[in-house]
Amino acid sequence: MTENLKGIAASSGIAIGKAFLMIEPDLTVTYGTVSNIEEEITRFHEAVDAAKLELQMIRDRAEVDLGSENAAIFDAHLLVLSDPELIGTVEGRINDEAVNAETALQETADTLIVMFEQLDNEYMRERAADIRDVTKRVIARLLGVEVPNIGLIDEEVIIISKDLAPSDTAQLNRAFAKGFTTDMGGRTSHSAIMARSLEIPAVVGTKNATAAIKQGDLIVVDGDNGEVLINPPNEVIESYVEKISEQEAEKRELSLLKNKQTITLDGIHVEVAANIGTPKDVESVLENGGEGVGLYRTEFLYMERDVLPTEEEQFQAYKQVLEQMGDKPVVVVHWILEETSNFHI
Amino acid sequence: MTNHTYTVVAESGIHARPATGLVQTASKFVSDIFMEYKGKRVNLKSILGVMSLGVGQGGSISIFAEGTDQQEALEAIESFLKSEGII
Repeated sequence: MTENLKGIAASSGIAIGKAFLMIEPDLTVTYGTVSNIEEEITRFHEAVDAAKLELQMIRDRAEVDLGSENAAIFDAHLLVLSDPELIGTVEGRINDEAVNAETALQETADTLIVMFEQLDNEYMRERAADIRDVTKRVIARLLGVEVPNIGLIDEEVIIISKDLAPSDTAQLNRAFAKGFTTDMGGRTSHSAIMARSLEIPAVVGTKNATAAIKQGDLIVVDGDNGEVLINPPNEVIESYVEKISEQEAEKRELSLLKNKQTITLDGIHVEVAANIGTPKDVESVLENGGEGVGLYRTEFLYMERDVLPTEEEQFQAYKQVLEQMGDKPVVVVHWILEETSNFHI
Repeated sequence: MTNHTYTVVAESGIHARPATGLVQTASKFVSDIFMEYKGKRVNLKSILGVMSLGVGQGGSISIFAEGTDQQEALEAIESFLKSEGII
């Protein structure tokens, strides 16, 4: 059956692939008692070991893709799963109260989360989120539900989700994520900006993509027209495959013009500059022969974080762009924070 | 049982990264190893225990080890704390 979804064309291009749904499954724990305590403790250990194995894979992948600094958080998560106090308390609960492993773990984790949230050190309070994250992994195993993990995708897919969080996009592997579509978002939402900078076709704000699309559906994301096709017939797919090769041919032709002088027929030079949001964007400006930066929007320094950037961070962000651009002009649009900007800082 | 007391000089105290290394170091030994801070004693092989102490700069910590490799354990922990600039 063919079904089309209409959304906002967030990042141009066409992508065809199998749907990978990023939906958080229901991890509600049902209280239950067990008769065989030994078996239940073994079941708990098996779930912990499976979660550790998964984390180890994510950690190794993150180290390759994002560097060891970013992989360190997963080291801490792995240690939580090996924590003798945590494991011992859960075992004790199963043993003393004859409850199922998920109840014992959830109750133990909840106590720890409350304790960490009450610490007077903000950094430590944030560790509560780590415990929550790790607990979720084990509980999913115990309940036998799969938690989709963007960091473990190893085939070409179209990502389908309600919205994409910065931590998701940080793990997004360009080689496998051919395109994405989200229920929420607009042209300026984080996911849309990210898609454009990664040059991945994207349609956002489809409202019901996660409801209409099933895992493994064949999806066409048309980022030029803001359309998402679900299981289209073969002839439609073929026409899109053709479009993709046309676009690639056009891209190749255009790329021949990179670094060429931009001069009108009557000999007037027109400057071709690019707009950027972060220092990371400079790379593609230079790769594509940009003669300068027309707008460097610096409010991105303030986004996706809950503390103000330090003076040093801001200095580095400006310095990096200016150094990389060398002699080429850079126009910096200084941020203005207004009440209407809806910032929560 | 052997023990040592140190003063934490690191500006951010014992936060996640050194805590991770500290637990990894302690976990290599069979001895029971504890850390005491402000009268609270935790298992040094427990990341949650170590982080729950929230040890800050200027804090006084005591490390206790008991077991067949207690001496080596204390030495390894001390050299880790020094290499990380914690003490």
